[in-house]
Amino acid sequence: MKTIYKVSLIILLFILIGYPGSPVFSQGISSTELIKGAKEYDAKTITYTGEAIGDVMIRGEFAWVNINDGENALGAWLSASLAKEIEFTGSYKTRGDSLEVTGIFNRACLEHGGDLDIHVQKLRKISPGMKINRSLQPDKRNLSLILFGALFLIWILTLFRHK
Amino acid sequence: MILKPRLEDLKIIGFYLGKVILGLAFTMAIPILTGLLFGEFNPALDFLLGIEISVLLGLILLKVCHTEKDLNWMQGMIVVSLSWVVVMFLGAIPLYLSGHWKSFLDACFDAMSGFATTGLTLAQDLDHLSYTHNLWRHLIMFLGGQGIIVIVLSFFVRGFSGAFKMYVGEARDEKILPNVVHTSRFIWSVSFVYLALGTIALGITGIFNGMKPLNSFFHGACIFMAAFDTGGFSPQSQNILYYHSLIYEVITIVIMILGALNFKLHYHLWMGNRKEIFRNIETSTLFVTIIATFSIVAVGLVQIGSYPSAVMLFRKGFYQLISGHTGTGFQTVYPQQFLADWNNLALVGLIIAMALGGAVCSTTGAIKMLRIGIIFKAFKEDLKKIIMPERALVVEKFHHIKDVFVEDKLARSALIITLAYIILYLLGALVGMFYGHPFLNALFESTSAAANVGLSCGITNIAMPAGLKVTYIIQMWAGRLEFMSVFTILGFLIAVIKGK
Repeated sequence: MKTIYKVSLIILLFILIGYPGSPVFSQGISSTELIKGAKEYDAKTITYTGEAIGDVMIRGEFAWVNINDGENALGAWLSASLAKEIEFTGSYKTRGDSLEVTGIFNRACLEHGGDLDIHVQKLRKISPGMKINRSLQPDKRNLSLILFGALFLIWILTLFRHK
Repeated sequence: MILKPRLEDLKIIGFYLGKVILGLAFTMAIPILTGLLFGEFNPALDFLLGIEISVLLGLILLKVCHTEKDLNWMQGMIVVSLSWVVVMFLGAIPLYLSGHWKSFLDACFDAMSGFATTGLTLAQDLDHLSYTHNLWRHLIMFLGGQGIIVIVLSFFVRGFSGAFKMYVGEARDEKILPNVVHTSRFIWSVSFVYLALGTIALGITGIFNGMKPLNSFFHGACIFMAAFDTGGFSPQSQNILYYHSLIYEVITIVIMILGALNFKLHYHLWMGNRKEIFRNIETSTLFVTIIATFSIVAVGLVQIGSYPSAVMLFRKGFYQLISGHTGTGFQTVYPQQFLADWNNLALVGLIIAMALGGAVCSTTGAIKMLRIGIIFKAFKEDLKKIIMPERALVVEKFHHIKDVFVEDKLARSALIITLAYIILYLLGALVGMFYGHPFLNALFESTSAAANVGLSCGITNIAMPAGLKVTYIIQMWAGRLEFMSVFTILGFLIAVIKGK
């Protein structure tokens, strides 16, 4: 019986904690879910996680950061001061900061000409980005040398043929 | 009786194909230099391998098939058709080696999409792609837009009579200057001047938008190449949505329209003949069809209430419409939004715009404005003949650089190509439906591929069946070459099998 009470209590706690925040989609909404279910999530507070990519584009007191969760990248509109927390953005040579943003999701933002975006209220850096070291791939280098040799051979053969 | 092609035919085709391949190898040096400049050594190595394989193949063809003979019409057309297939395979090598494409077929898909200035992509993790590979993706649009054969004619040919046959085979039946080599060089001059201006405009806008200067000018050059050549690739996965900028969108609209105009018209504008732009049948038809198709799109979007303000309608509705009509394929909405936020009426308006395309002798695909204008004039002439008394002499003419009478031969040719395009759009849609997509979605994607547009409603993705990928590759190829070269190669294959 004690176990039943414990389980009931835990369920009750979950309901009570969850109730006041019912419009908030707090965990794990992917970009695909947001794009496909844009009407459902429109004007709601959501939490979205992904890697900051490209440029942090400062626009006056605000900034645009595009965040990619591995499926799509979504535009996040945040204050310039929050944007300063972002150190690395994803590119060929860097892995961008992994961010968790909480804010209002817009299917077609009135302020930004109909863009599907997130107006960020809270930003949390889950893990910092880093530079990626890429050493020369030996198999490609070797193949390149072999092909260069083949080209050289053809050139030599051409010379003999001319003679 | 069908005659079997002789060994000599094959040698001539092989020899000129070898020249085209060497031309392609030469262009791969540009990404290598970029790679070295940005310190991206593995990507530079991918292109070194691409060059080596291309030079090897090109040299073998030149040596084995060496000939002094010139091309005839059939051989010229076949060289063009095969060139596009061969450069697709060779251009895909560095893409595939980057590891950002799941299979070689996917890399071929993107290579054909780039060369044919379509813009549909199967790239993975585009946001981490190197500058080197990104430059190549956009450069192949620039090369394919002007025409692969145009490159060879401009830089590798001192003038041979077969040049015109290859030039025509690449869906460019209008000479700007009396000599095709000079015409090709003019096309390049125009393109380079616009490239410089466009890159500066987009680069400065990017800096004002908060991008880093180097990134901004790199993106500027890439986006210009994709816009002017009505391609539609972009360095980032979000396409134009990445920039979140109205000014950026307006500039790209201007570049897309410039790219959709006839190079002959550009020539007359450069020569100071500004009246031509208002008198030309292509520009007037383009203006009318933009208004007509945008009206359909706007009514559809207003009905569904997706974009309630005028600015939103401009940035989402009009932008997609211009992008589709000019055959570019830039998007400021996510592919899935077409199905979620656009109703059938708006989608049909966009499909019609994609199917129509821009001007002949431009970088756009699709039916094109000159043919639409001629068909309309022919229709008007026939209508007048019915209304007017029998003895009345009814003639219709139009202005395209000079005044031209609408003759039956002209109308027939315009109708045949239009019909061929419609069949191509429908065949692709049938294949899409075969793979389980609804009719309108399948028609949208098929029209986008065959008209070399690049807008996507989400069908084009990595998980797409191989059969559909191959279908779209064929559509992009046939649509870009406007059928004549494709028909010739089919005839050639029949002659190889059945000929005596």
